[in-house]
Order: sequence, then C-alpha cells, then structure tokens
Amino acid sequence: MDLNKLTISQASKLLENKEVSSRQLTETVLDWIKKIDSEVKSFVTVCADEALKAADASDVRRKAGKTLGPLDGIVMSVKDLLCTRGITTTASSNILKGFVPQFDATVIKKLKDAGVVIVGKTNLDAFAHGSSTENSDFFTTHNPWDLSRVPGGSSGGSAASVAADECLGSIGTDTGGSIRQPSSLCGVVGLKPTYGRVSRYGVIAMASSLDVIGPIAKSTKDAAMILQAIAGRDPLDGTTLDAPVDEYVKNLTSSIKGVKVGIPKEYFASGMDEDVAKVVENAIETIKKLGGEIVEISLPHTDYALSTYYILQLAEVSSNLSRYDGVKYGHSILRENQKHSLEEVYFKSRGEGFGAEAKRRLMLGTYVLSAGYYDAYYKKALKLRTLVKRDFDNAFGKVDVILTPVSPTPAFKIGEKADDPVQMYLSDIYTVPINPAGVPAISLPAGFVVRDGKKLPVGVQIIAPMLGEQKIFDVSNILEKELNIFNERAIS
Amino acid sequence: MLNKDDVLHIARLAHLDLSDTEVEKFSAQLSDVLELFSKIDGLDLKDEAETSQITGLENVFRADEIKKYPSLTDTKTSELVESAPIHSGNEIKVPKVIEEN
Repeated sequence: MDLNKLTISQASKLLENKEVSSRQLTETVLDWIKKIDSEVKSFVTVCADEALKAADASDVRRKAGKTLGPLDGIVMSVKDLLCTRGITTTASSNILKGFVPQFDATVIKKLKDAGVVIVGKTNLDAFAHGSSTENSDFFTTHNPWDLSRVPGGSSGGSAASVAADECLGSIGTDTGGSIRQPSSLCGVVGLKPTYGRVSRYGVIAMASSLDVIGPIAKSTKDAAMILQAIAGRDPLDGTTLDAPVDEYVKNLTSSIKGVKVGIPKEYFASGMDEDVAKVVENAIETIKKLGGEIVEISLPHTDYALSTYYILQLAEVSSNLSRYDGVKYGHSILRENQKHSLEEVYFKSRGEGFGAEAKRRLMLGTYVLSAGYYDAYYKKALKLRTLVKRDFDNAFGKVDVILTPVSPTPAFKIGEKADDPVQMYLSDIYTVPINPAGVPAISLPAGFVVRDGKKLPVGVQIIAPMLGEQKIFDVSNILEKELNIFNERAIS
Repeated sequence: MLNKDDVLHIARLAHLDLSDTEVEKFSAQLSDVLELFSKIDGLDLKDEAETSQITGLENVFRADEIKKYPSLTDTKTSELVESAPIHSGNEIKVPKVIEEN
C-alpha cells in the first residue's frame, strides 16, 4: 500500500485503527517527494525535520488517547503565501526571498491545533499573480499528468503536490480562480469558500475584497474535512463572518434528487475547447441521471465580469504591494549599502525585487486609480460589481447550485502563454466572475481529454449562494462517486 | 494606448525603477490589457450603486484594551525588528528624510 496515495479520510481511518502511524505516513510522503519533486517541482520549501517532529507528537497523542480529531497526523502542504512561524515564506517572490515570519497565519494555527503535519510550502505565481506558476520568481511547477504542461495557477504547486501524491491535501488561495483553475488542470478537488468564511490573518494579501483561503484535496469529502478545520470567525480578521460552521462531512446527503442545477447559457456561448465541452456535458447528463433538475439560466453581465474583476483586482494589488518598501523586511538595497536616500530605497528595492507580472499589475492598478482614470475604470468596476452580484442573487432565486466549466482548455504547454498577459488573463474567464460576487465554488474533476497521447484532467465548477458550502459538497460528493475518475493517479 | 512617457509616469507613481527594455515591453503589454477593458467603455451606469465589499459587515470593532496578539504571545520584539535591513535595539532605522539647514 502506498500511504502517500491515500485520501485524508482513508488515512484518518488507518491512523485511528492504529494500523499506521503518522511517522510512517510522513516518511512515505517525504521519500516520495525526494523521488519525484525534482521533476514536478511543487515545493519551494520542504520542512522534513519539523514535519517528522509534528508526526511523532501526533503519534504520542494517539497512544495517550488524546488525538485532536480526524486530521491529527495527516500530512498536508501549504501554499507559500501563508505565514509559517520559523519557516521561510516567500510568496515565490524575490522581494520576500528568505523572509522568515515571526508568527503563524490563523489557518496554519488552526491546522496545527487539529494535529496536521505540514510537510512543506508550495510554489505559486509570485504574489499569486498568474494562472500557470510561470510567474514564480523561482521556477515553474510541472503538471503531474504531463510534465511539459503547466499545473495552472496561482496555487499550482499546491494542486500539483496533491495530484502527484506528495501530500494528502493542501491549502491554496483564490482571488479569481487560483484554487479552482489549477485543481481543474491537475485533476483534484479545490474549493473557493464564501468570502469571509476563512480567516486571512497572516496570509500575504493580493486583492483584499476578493481573496479567500481554501482546501485542495483528493476527494470532496477531504475538502469538506479541511474546510471544517479552518473555517470560522477570527478576531484578527475583521472581514470574517460570524455564521456557525456546519458539520460538512456528517451532513453530506445521499441523494441529489430534485436539486435544481442552473446552467448559465453565457458560459457556453463560445471559446470553449470541444473536448472540454464534452466533459461538462457529460457531467450535466450525469446530474440528470441522478435525479437533479437541470434549469437553463442567464447571468447577463458575464461579458463584463472579466473587466470588473481585473480592474478591481489590479487596483487592490497596487495598494497591497505598496508595503514592500525596502524598509521593514524583504529585499532592500540598504542591505548592501546604507548610504541611499529614502526615495532610492523605494524605487530600487522594488524595481529589483518585483518580477515582471507584479510590476505590470502594480502599474495597471496605479493607472486605474490615478487622477483622470479613476471614474472611467475603478468607479465603473465598483458599479459593475453590483450588477455581477445581482446576476447571482437572481439566479439563486431559481436554482440551488450553478454548474459551469472551470477553464476553457485543459492544461496548456509551459511557455505557450508566458509572455502574453491578455491570453493568460482570459484563461480565468469562467472563474473570475465568482470572486466579486463573494459566493463559494468548487472545482470537481469530471473527466479527461487526450492531448499528445496523454490524459489530461478537466474539472467542472459548482457554485452556491453565500455560505452554501454544504450544498456544494452534497452535489460534488454524489457527482464524484458517479463519475468515478479518481482510480487513476497522475504518477504511479 | 500607453506611450513610453505614460509608462514612466505610472512607474513613478508606483515607486518603481524600470529598465529601458521594461519600459518598451510594458507600454505594449499594458496597452493590450487596457484594450481588454474597452468592453465597459460605453456603459451607462450613472444610477447604479457601488459595491466595494460583499459581506455587509459594518464597523467591526474590538474592545479597546491592550492585548497581545494570540499568535504573537511568544514572539520577541527583537525578532520582528531583525527583519528590517537596518535596526538598532528595538528600532527600525530609515534613511534621513529631513535635511538640517
């Protein structure tokens, strides 16, 4: 039995029955990382010593009958955008290269409180700016299903690490699709929770009115287990919601008979790869077969959602990146030579430390907020956000969930879009409208397409109203069992 | 369409040093992205309200009392200060911004 290939719920059972120890699980994962990560390149940092220590502590707790719950001893990776005390946190950026946080993000603290063993920090597009990990200032992660292709992004390292069985589950962040798109491209389950459901304290900010933290896993049930551990109000994040956290796994329903599933016609208008369309159609047929009711709906402002999203995101990025000033932490020309004016410190430290995409976004964000353009771009986008949100509100008056594609294409080749920001931005066209609306959405693997003789996974997106995570898990869990595509692993 | 001077102006506002090659490359790339937004040019949204956040939460306050952040209870001030390029004691040092006359 390959312990690293287990789902969290399978491993949790084995741990509970004392058939395996967390040390065995952790060692298996570490050995596997050593064997394959030079090719997949999921990890920026592997923290073997800390992981083994945490695993031993978990085993001691179990022996004493003091386990911390179903995640105790489970091995996970975390996107390198979440601060981990004593372990380098870089956002895959040169400006934060070597930065060691003095505290844990709330999500990290909650995982540790649940007994999770954190095995390493995963690669991303620097500051989560991108859809392929090619914008990482360090290296590109490879798709485990075809190493010549991208894993998607920005949480590409997290999705690849789960798909390649280099961990049992992971944590990603999603501002416009950064959990869902790589999950689709790597064939894993990724949930973008409701805005405000999970604390962002200690997570390096990208666009604060859109950012959420969520699970990436090998099954819907696993994603539900992780969300349950990390969700909830946090006094350290004023945007977190006070609503109670559901017992997602316990509450999973056994049927979706009568569930109304909306299909927005705007998402099927054009631009989707034909083979991807077939996978999505098959998922819709499967829902019908399971007794779900398919309802055609309209989200009339979909065409404007991409502009709305990007204008708001760029504006907020430019504001959030202003904290990297070469004075407090991170890359600074003052480290070489202290005789610089303050202005030189700002301009040169930032000019050297930020990669091309961060610079593009910083400038575009500055532009849409600048005198003379604020009304034409930023203010207009705030108004369009009202319309995009209203589209979803109206739709959820008629249906329980909405089903759409996640990405218009399967994983693309490394280098294919690397220097064309517009093409890269368009690869998020089905995921970005969700974030301005704040609603939760999952990417569930639904099938494969074949390219160059290799099977590439394709996901479908299931969207629910605010705080409708349970509804998503219910539909996703049943659809997952029926589609049954998880038997195959990317790397055996 | 952004020309080189526009790019330099924006870079100045964003506190960014750019190389000549970057200025060249960015003026084309940034223009392409702005072109993508031209879709919303003609829209009349005069009567629509703005949405800057979607939770509806307002005035989230905490009690006005001195409290150590729970995640920082065992963190020493020196650890935080040592992240800065120049520091002494418990202080972060910055280049002088006011000239003596």
